[in-house]
Amino acid sequence: MDFTYTDTQDMIRDTLSRFLADTYDFETRQKFIASDDGRDPAIWTALAQELGMLGASFSEDHGGLGGGALENAIIMEELGKVLGIEPYLPTVVIAGGALKAVGGAQADKYIPEIIAGNMIVAFAYAEPQGRYDLANLKTSAKKDAAGYVLNGHKSVVYAAPWASHLLVTARTGGGQRDREGVSLFLIDANLPGIVRRDYPTVDGSRASEIYFENVAIPAEALLGGEGAGLPLIEQIVDEATVAVCAEATGVMQKLHEGTLEYTQQRKQFGIPIAKFQVLQHRMVDMFMEVEQARSMTIMGTLKLGLSADERKAAVSAAKNKVARGAKFVGQNAIQTHGGIGITQELAIGHYFKRATMIEGQFGSADYHIDRFEQLTLAA
Amino acid sequence: MDMEFSPEDLAFQQEVRTFIAENYPADLRGKQDEGDELSKEDFLSWHRILYKKGWVAPAWPVEYGGTGWTPTQRFIFSEETARADCIRLMPFGLAMVGPVIYTFGTPEQKARFLPRILSGEDWWCQGYSEPGAGSDLASLRTVAVPDGSDYIVNGQKTWTTMAQHADWGFFLVRTDKDAKQQEGISFLLIDMKSPGITVRPIITLGGEHEVNEVFLEDVRVPQAQRVYEENKGWTCAKFLLAHERTGIAGVAASKRGVEKVKEIARTEVDGDKPLLQNAFFKRKIAELEIDLTALEFTELRSLAGPNAGKGPGPESSLLKIKGSEIQQRLTELTLEAVGHYGAPYFRGFGDGDNEHPIGPDYAHRAAPTYFNVRKTTIYGGSNEIQRNIIAKMVLGL
Repeated sequence: MDFTYTDTQDMIRDTLSRFLADTYDFETRQKFIASDDGRDPAIWTALAQELGMLGASFSEDHGGLGGGALENAIIMEELGKVLGIEPYLPTVVIAGGALKAVGGAQADKYIPEIIAGNMIVAFAYAEPQGRYDLANLKTSAKKDAAGYVLNGHKSVVYAAPWASHLLVTARTGGGQRDREGVSLFLIDANLPGIVRRDYPTVDGSRASEIYFENVAIPAEALLGGEGAGLPLIEQIVDEATVAVCAEATGVMQKLHEGTLEYTQQRKQFGIPIAKFQVLQHRMVDMFMEVEQARSMTIMGTLKLGLSADERKAAVSAAKNKVARGAKFVGQNAIQTHGGIGITQELAIGHYFKRATMIEGQFGSADYHIDRFEQLTLAA
Repeated sequence: MDMEFSPEDLAFQQEVRTFIAENYPADLRGKQDEGDELSKEDFLSWHRILYKKGWVAPAWPVEYGGTGWTPTQRFIFSEETARADCIRLMPFGLAMVGPVIYTFGTPEQKARFLPRILSGEDWWCQGYSEPGAGSDLASLRTVAVPDGSDYIVNGQKTWTTMAQHADWGFFLVRTDKDAKQQEGISFLLIDMKSPGITVRPIITLGGEHEVNEVFLEDVRVPQAQRVYEENKGWTCAKFLLAHERTGIAGVAASKRGVEKVKEIARTEVDGDKPLLQNAFFKRKIAELEIDLTALEFTELRSLAGPNAGKGPGPESSLLKIKGSEIQQRLTELTLEAVGHYGAPYFRGFGDGDNEHPIGPDYAHRAAPTYFNVRKTTIYGGSNEIQRNIIAKMVLGL
């Protein structure tokens, strides 16, 4: 048993954190999320080409650094600390994870493109009626001579306005909620028949509603077996779930640090409010949630390679704990800041917004504790 | 970073399992399953078995009789003993005063006391708390006045666990009334058979005699039994409390406790289904289990992370707070699970009592244990004090 990071992992964290300290202060971030494009594309290029960050979790055969889920967690935590909106999660963790899992020619073709920063992938999996159920799909992919014809509506697809490619879940068979008949496709984002409605999200990112209207996609867009894609989709969503737990850990740490700093400066009744025991105990409780979020992220990350049921139980335990912790830390950070905490002016409120969105991302605390119970508490 | 046990660790795990299966006393297993009160002899029988094997003090340095195990092996050992429902050894000698003596004691003190702690010949108790002081430990008023080569000690201690059995006690006493609160305290080892010591039982809510009041009237204690410098006892006290806190996270025991609650909830019927299918009850168990996992991995990070081997720091307060809260939630769920049969009250159905308790075997200790375990957020420095420690030492407030 060993819970220390390797030298390479420490190097990844240090390199990224130095880069973000130079390029990603809060004011700069606010400027580019307010721009038309909603991001600064130079940062993505720098992450890929100057820092080699996008290759951290890929094998050396594909031109990466040979890491995996732990490297993803390190990078996501650092992005969390600066409220990074870069599409690392959908591109590297999710699409990259799917490509690593299927391997072969598709992996050889796309992974080097991801590492080079040439590709941004958005993950189009949720549908308006589906909530967190990955199999509840109305989007269909009907086979024809050339490949498939895609029809349907995907909701709240983060990073879609920036994406060169879409990773799409669709039914190639079965009924709306069947586990069988689900397939995964990696397609060009600009194919004819794809209609997007773009919008900003409350946590500073960009997303789209995507409508597929008789979109012709080639047969080789299929990742994994036709109709048997759900286990793969569940696996990559679990990987994504612990990755957002890692991001949440970074976000929660900043919420906590910001609160400590503020209470030491802000005076009431003639003394810094940090001297009040009731606030000290609240900040200790926040500290304990941050530490436990970190513990659960590590636990979930290390269990990604186990059997599907063990992996799901571990990931759900992690997400449930992190979601509860994120709510607690976020709400108490705002409360402790008082009125200034609910303004757009201070960073703290923006961290709270991201923490709140993470609570529900890939399943709420209730969704995950349900899944945990089904797997571990059979009567 | 990995959670894997090495082949050596797996072999060690098997060795521990086999040892417990072959050596843990059968009558003790029975008592433990019934949740009966354990006698001094019960504790000592398991203590002596582990001593004979050389496993009684895994955390001690090898030169003083420790095992030389890695943190992982120690983790495995505590997991396995909890899994097998082995009783937990009394911490006062092994986990508390022992480390103080080998860290701060004189060569004579080490030679005299450590072997007898290991063998179980001496049963120790802790003289820290005082009436009116509680978690404000430094406000203690028991005084030790030099008299030749001795001290004359006067005062009163309270909440002294298992003092009724103790051969020796380690006491915090005031040796300088004029110094600042924490600077005039000394750490004394006192023979509990010394003239002038009276031990009076305190019966707690569950009906148990676990804690006592200890009165000291003109008790003569050789100065050679003072550990570390005069007036520097606070250093020993802080060291000891940090050690105590790590122990009382109790992760392995709570993991076993969760399994037991689940077993009860599978047996108990709610409507026409097992209680474990009641959505609300199930949710409470699941949340507890997840919180316990978070505590476990936080403890593992401190055992096998970058700060491993540096000894327990103020972060150990986190383990104490969360560990004690989880222990309480466990007993709460158990009491809730047994329903009506939480109510019947029993006294003294230990040795020699043949009457079978009312209700299922797992029910009759549910309420007393629930009452008893309210102590965990109070002892060892209340959880409020632990929060003060984190606020000051970790957060710098």
